[in-house]
Amino acid sequence: MLCNKFTGQNMTDTTFLPPLIAAIQAEILNNEEEISALDRAIGDGDHVTNLIRGLEALSKLNDELVQLDWSAAFMKIGMTLMSTMGGASGSLLGSMFVSMGKEAKEQDIDLAGITAIYAAGVESIKARGKADIGEKTMLDTLIPVMQSLQSDAEQNSDKATVLANIKAAATQGMQSTKDMLATKGRASFLGERARGHIDAGARTSQLILCVIADQLSEN
Amino acid sequence: MKKLINSVESVLEESLNGFARAHSNIIQFNHQPNYVSRKNKSENKVALISGGGAGHEPLHTGLVGKGMLDAACPGQVFTSPTPDQMLMAAQAVENGAGVLFIVKNYAGDVMNFEIAAEMLDCPHETVLVNDDVSLPKDHSTGRRGVAGTLIVEKIVGAAAEAGADLATCKQLGDKVVNSTASMGVALTSCTVPALGQPTFDISDNEVEMGVGIHGERGREVMSLTTADELVQILAKAIDEDLKPAKEQCALLHINGFGATPLMELYLVYDSAAQFFEERGIKIVRSLVGNYTTSLDMAGCSITLTLMDDEMLQYWDAPVHTAALRWGI
Repeated sequence: MLCNKFTGQNMTDTTFLPPLIAAIQAEILNNEEEISALDRAIGDGDHVTNLIRGLEALSKLNDELVQLDWSAAFMKIGMTLMSTMGGASGSLLGSMFVSMGKEAKEQDIDLAGITAIYAAGVESIKARGKADIGEKTMLDTLIPVMQSLQSDAEQNSDKATVLANIKAAATQGMQSTKDMLATKGRASFLGERARGHIDAGARTSQLILCVIADQLSEN
Repeated sequence: MKKLINSVESVLEESLNGFARAHSNIIQFNHQPNYVSRKNKSENKVALISGGGAGHEPLHTGLVGKGMLDAACPGQVFTSPTPDQMLMAAQAVENGAGVLFIVKNYAGDVMNFEIAAEMLDCPHETVLVNDDVSLPKDHSTGRRGVAGTLIVEKIVGAAAEAGADLATCKQLGDKVVNSTASMGVALTSCTVPALGQPTFDISDNEVEMGVGIHGERGREVMSLTTADELVQILAKAIDEDLKPAKEQCALLHINGFGATPLMELYLVYDSAAQFFEERGIKIVRSLVGNYTTSLDMAGCSITLTLMDDEMLQYWDAPVHTAALRWGI
């Protein structure tokens, strides 16, 4: 029951992925200048270039992805990001999807299952990056979304609520990085000078999660 | 942006092609995954592999060859290479004595090398270089790896060439890292081709003190002053970190970031050498030039390595790479 309530029929197979990847690509390209400026301010400006390169590589997988089940598709996405993006975000997003692929083997694609899969991905980023919430990184977007999913899974919330909460948690989390001091990544070298700038990785994570929520709500 | 390029997308590949062509007597270039390895595979020695974003040339590709690295993996500009590059390079150059990865302490480099190491099916060790003293020792990510990396690669490279085993190479690498301190100052930012504009703004009368090597801002902005005064700040931080004893022998390396002429680098060398000699340190070896660059950034870093007899012997040992060549 939960399955249909949250995901609808179209979410249960990987044909969902190609249009989703295209939508994410469009959203990142639309915001390229803003993300690049955020990164130049407190990083070295390569994050958005790397992400675009990774998304381009994913978009070429379309035909292959729809043949795969969720577990294999996540693995493929992870390995592709890992071998095309480079940088910290390549290894982190790569690790995230590989871990999600492993977890997807054990889970149904319903709200509880998706929550567990996503949580496994977030945990692998924490482990690989030796980082946690509050360090001015992508985790400040990803962890609040995990908490929102976990709470909605417990309360068995309806799809519209789950998706609205994902977007709110992602946006709030992204904005929370603005006033933080950075303790991970290149922004950490700037000390107090990093304050007042939103983290580029938190921003791209928020954009991606909001696109996913929007695509799911249309399904 | 004013650069000698054909297109932003093809800069790296075309530059690597040119490098491979210019130095075909020493190295070969493997496309996709990208890595540069020695032309003649060495036998029964620890294989040394380093890598990092492009834009720091000659580091690391220019340091592949006899007496130094066995392979180097260049990433995109200022972006760490991907694990498949290190894995394929390691499988190509490993010859039974294990693999030593030499990694600059930057999050992307550390994580991508870590993933490659987890996948590698042979004995391996990693030396993490963290010589940048512009950050405190207890900084949350640790200190960055900068120009001292070349010194680690030279000394450990010579040891591996002389037959040192993996554990010995790892130990020696850690010792060089612990004996090395660096700090840099930038006069300008630099322009990453894909971005098309300088990474940060800085006015004509300002410098960024305590920069890394990726065009990122430094610890603080300061007013431009004389070379002697800037050298004092850098050298003092190094001196306070290493706390060398009187009569201690040392190697002094002045590294240009890419757009500062040798004329100025030698002036900096003179000033820095005087600073350390006044403190009783014996500068017994020197290296001055553009080795760990940040594209077209102007500025330089100072690196001091405290040397013992073993390290001196390995520093003087023959080397034949695109960027360093002596004794051969």
